[in-house]
Parts: sequence; structure tokens; C-alpha cells
Amino acid sequence: MPADRNFKIVTRLFGVENANRIDVAMSHGAYKRLQPAFAMQPQALVDEVKKSNLRGRGGAGFPTGMKWGFIPKGADTVYLVCNADESEPGTCKDRELLFWDPHLLIEGMIIASYALGCKHAYIYIRGEMIREAAVLQKAVDEAYAKGFLGREQQTAIGSVKIDLTVHRGAGAYICGEETALLNSLEGKRGWPRLKPPFPAVKGLFGKPTIVNNVETLMNIPFIVEHGGQKFAEVGTGKSGGTRMLCLSGHLKSPGVFELPIGITFRQVIDEVCGGTHSGKRVKAVIPGGSSMPPLDASELDVPIEFDALMNDPRIKPVQYKPGHNFELAPGKPLRAMAGSGGIVVMDEDTDIVAVCARIMRFYAHESCGQCTPCREGTGWMAKICTRLADGYGQPGDIDLLSSIAYGIAGNTICPLGEAAAWPMMGFVTKFRPDFEARLAQSRGLPPAGYHGAHP
Amino acid sequence: MALQFSPQAEAKISDLCRRYPNTQAACLPVLHLAQDEFGYLSEEVLELVATRLAVPSSHVFGVATFYTMFHREPVGKKVLMMCTNVSCMLTGAYETLRKLETRLGIKAGQTSADGEFTLIEEECLAACADGPAMICGDRYFLRLTADKVDAALDACRKLPAQHGHHPSHHSDKKH
Repeated sequence: MPADRNFKIVTRLFGVENANRIDVAMSHGAYKRLQPAFAMQPQALVDEVKKSNLRGRGGAGFPTGMKWGFIPKGADTVYLVCNADESEPGTCKDRELLFWDPHLLIEGMIIASYALGCKHAYIYIRGEMIREAAVLQKAVDEAYAKGFLGREQQTAIGSVKIDLTVHRGAGAYICGEETALLNSLEGKRGWPRLKPPFPAVKGLFGKPTIVNNVETLMNIPFIVEHGGQKFAEVGTGKSGGTRMLCLSGHLKSPGVFELPIGITFRQVIDEVCGGTHSGKRVKAVIPGGSSMPPLDASELDVPIEFDALMNDPRIKPVQYKPGHNFELAPGKPLRAMAGSGGIVVMDEDTDIVAVCARIMRFYAHESCGQCTPCREGTGWMAKICTRLADGYGQPGDIDLLSSIAYGIAGNTICPLGEAAAWPMMGFVTKFRPDFEARLAQSRGLPPAGYHGAHP
Repeated sequence: MALQFSPQAEAKISDLCRRYPNTQAACLPVLHLAQDEFGYLSEEVLELVATRLAVPSSHVFGVATFYTMFHREPVGKKVLMMCTNVSCMLTGAYETLRKLETRLGIKAGQTSADGEFTLIEEECLAACADGPAMICGDRYFLRLTADKVDAALDACRKLPAQHGHHPSHHSDKKH
């Protein structure tokens, strides 16, 4: 049975004064789950996480326990890396989690490290999170001083010592992709790697590695304390636990909320956020970060849950040209995905073409340049969509945008290609009349020296 | 005299190198340190980092030019990162950016004439629910609509400089 809206796992300390100080955190129970975890066999912990139906909170929703199970048996060196490179537009949960409760993350990472056989774990935190990196480093220093890190701990498999290092990025969205993150952590450019081999087999410094999101790891102490079964019961279907949702855009009360998995978009918008700030109708919703195809106003009664967003027939399939569905697998059209929990709400006055153009400029800026379809394609989509938004659209631009997107998707090393292509095709599929209207008002060729104005 | 890290930075680098199985992995943290120390990453600074970590300077150059937070040119005492991505755009970020440009007399990407501020049009800062968002060092300016720009700039002027400013290093910029 899904939890009620007041049930909290990862935001218990939000709003508590000095919650990120270890004495305050410990007075609220921090690190109490270490001893029970160390009393268990590592495999029993992995099994408990499998039972919990915890799914990755970074965007892909992959079952965490299954991922943990991919570490080869008997590996001598294993790494755990926390992905705190939150950069997906519309997503602002990990930054809040890191600020309010860094000790819950550290506790979760110590338990996960023990379960995986990791002796040295890393947190890769986004470079721009200057305040949060300082908070996190202080929390890690406090955990070292208390002996939770860097000191031998007695466990069911003998003495275990775990180290933890905070590693700052330096401004590159692509480093949120796990293999780019690993390269960046190795001191290289953030270029994604071809998979396979997957990081669980050959990851950081060539060793088996698990990369988990901040929110994912912060759920681990609860699973140890209450059991995987309880965590699964808190969720719905094959998604255990709660979900951090980030509500932004044209809302009366935007914010970051921990909510039951399975709440619908309409419930969150109307009941949690008080509707649009203008009181006008919702026109479009980005369901889980800007790389997800948008929803229109008729698609908001779907639960915000990984499987529902992929499969619910109330969400129209994304098309790469009129009448042709874009398929993820034969017979399986792309609808939407829950993604990172970043929900961006737009009211009926929104200039959809300008929003789409801004999103395309983002992906063009962030393409790492390795794969031609993405490097060139994102640039063309940004230029064409921007000129269309600025009133200089050319005949055929709309279908050209979809066709470029179709040429990128599936033809790149990493998912940044899809991250740009899906919303491009999605916006044209769901809001074609907006694009057509803008094209109809075109003033012709742009003037000399035009490079794409601000919207 | 050849460029050198301060003893404090040297100690930090030694500590950093112990946290990774090889020195190359310390590349990003040491470049951050170098930028804090010298203000920006000139070719001379990149050479220093390469020598200190015993990795090829071509590698360090490749890394320094990949990440947007590493400055290859001198920047203002404070860097203003103004987000204009989708959530902030919807709440008025472009109006805020234009006001910042007008007040500072520069375009995004430039440094004000008094050397105080470098203004950067930034991608999503993960403060979407409180947009438009800007950061200046570890300070957030949230719900920063155009009407609040003057107050924000006043507050930023009072903040300490973010990166080291070694006049000697700046004046002998060769490249």
C-alpha cells in the first residue's frame, strides 16, 4: 500500500536547524543502522536491497539490488561511486538532500560499501555546487573524526575499514552519465565510454564499480532498519519507497517534495503546488528532467511511476514524423519516462517553441563531441529551433527538426543523444500547432549577422 | 622566478594524491586548487600542474579546456553564474540576465571594466524550484527577478574575492 503524503524517508531532517552537523544528525538517529548492517553478511544486504524494489533515482530507474548483484564474485578491488552531479534541467533534489542531510548519504554509502566489498568510495559532486561541496566535505571530516570512516569496524566478515573521498566536478553536464563520470573521476575529460563492459565489471580505474545516485543511497539505511519488504510496501508495483519530486516553472507553490510513488501529475500540480501561479490552465509538463518527452494537458492523470510513464496508453506515443511512432523496441513506442523527478510545469501562455529551442541549446552546449550524430545534430537542432522561435523559420523546418532528432537517437555512445532527440520529437509530436503557427508568422531569412537571439 | 604552489596548496596536493591510486586522478581537484591560487589557468599554471602530477601537459590542457568552470583567461574577482535554463527561463531569467548586463555594462561571458564581476550565462544550477537562480561563489540568489538585481549586486560586491589574485601573475600573461 503506498505511503501517505507525510511519510518521509530521505527528507526527515529538512528544515531541522543545523541538521547537517553530525551531533544534530546523530541525535536524530544517524549512523544507528551501521551496527545492524555490519552484523549481516554482505550478500544478505544485497538480497534485502533486491527485495526492497529500490530503483535508481538518477533517471533510469534501474533496480538497485540487481545492479549490485552484477559485481563479479571474488573481485579484490571494488569501488562505490555516488553520482552527485545533478545537472538535468528541472532537477533540484540532490542539492537539497546534500545540504540538509549529508550524514544520511554517508551512512548509506558506508553500508553499501560494506555490502559491495568496497574499501574506498567516492562522491562525485557537481562543480557548481560550491556550498554543498563544503557542507559535504565537513560532514565527511566529522564522520572520519567519529571513526565511522577510516577506522577498522568489526563486521560479520571480520575487520573492515572504509574510506570516502569527495571529488568535485568542474562544469560538464555529461559527467552525470556514469561512464563519463568515471573518466572525470580518473582525471580525464568527461567522455562517455562504450558499454559493455559495464562499470560493474570494468569501471573506475578498471575495477568493478557501482555508480548510484544520491537519493538512491540515502534510502539504504531505511532498508536496513525496516527491511526490504517494508520499503517495497511503501511504494507501488515494482517501485519501492518514496520519490523526490522537483516542481518548478509556472506554479503557485513550487518546491522539492518527498511524495508517494504513484501520485499523479495532476495531484501534485493542483494539491501539492496549488496550481499554476497565474491560475491559468496547464499547457505542457516536462515529466522528469528536460531530456524526457513532454506531456500535454490531457496526459496528467498518469501516476509518476517508472513503469506507468513508459507504458500507460493515456500518454500518446512520440512520433519521428507524422503517423510514424518512434519505437524503443519493435512494437514498443516511446511515450515518456519518470526520469530524474524534475517536473517543469508550463501554463497556457507559454511560448513552447522558445522553450524547446532553449532545451536544444542546452544539449548542443553539453554534447561532449565524441559522436558525430550528437555533436552535429544537437547544434543543428539548436540553430534551427532557435531561428524558428525567433521568427525566421524556413519551410520544412519542423519536419527537419524531427528528422535530425531521429538521426541522433540510438546512434551515439551515451544517452545524451536521446536526451536531446526525445524532447525534440516529443515537442513536435504534442505541440505541432505551436510550431506551425510560428512558421506561418516567419519573417523570412534572418538578417545578416544573426546568431540566434535570446528568447 | 618560476611559478610555484604555496606551501598550503602543496600540502593539500600531497593529501589529495593519497586519496587516488594514481596522480592523474587528482587532476580536477588540483586544477581547482590552482585556479583558487592563481586566479585562472594560464599555460604556465597548466605546466605547473602537469609537472606536479607527473602527467603530460597535453593531458592537463585537454582536461582544463573541457570543463566550463576552468578559466583560461583572467576573470573578475567574483563570477556570477546566472541560470537561464528552462525552469529559470519560465520564471524570468532572461529579463534578469539582461538587467545584469545593463547594470554591469557587459554582455554575458565578459568581465566588468572595474574587474569586479565576470557574468556567465549558466546552465541549470539545480535550484529550479526557486528560479530564477544565480550563484556567486557559495551564495545563492534565488527567485532573482529583474527587480532584485540591484540588491543582489550590492550584496555580491561585499563578498570576498573568489579566486586568488596575484597581480604579478596577471601582468606577465604571455598567451
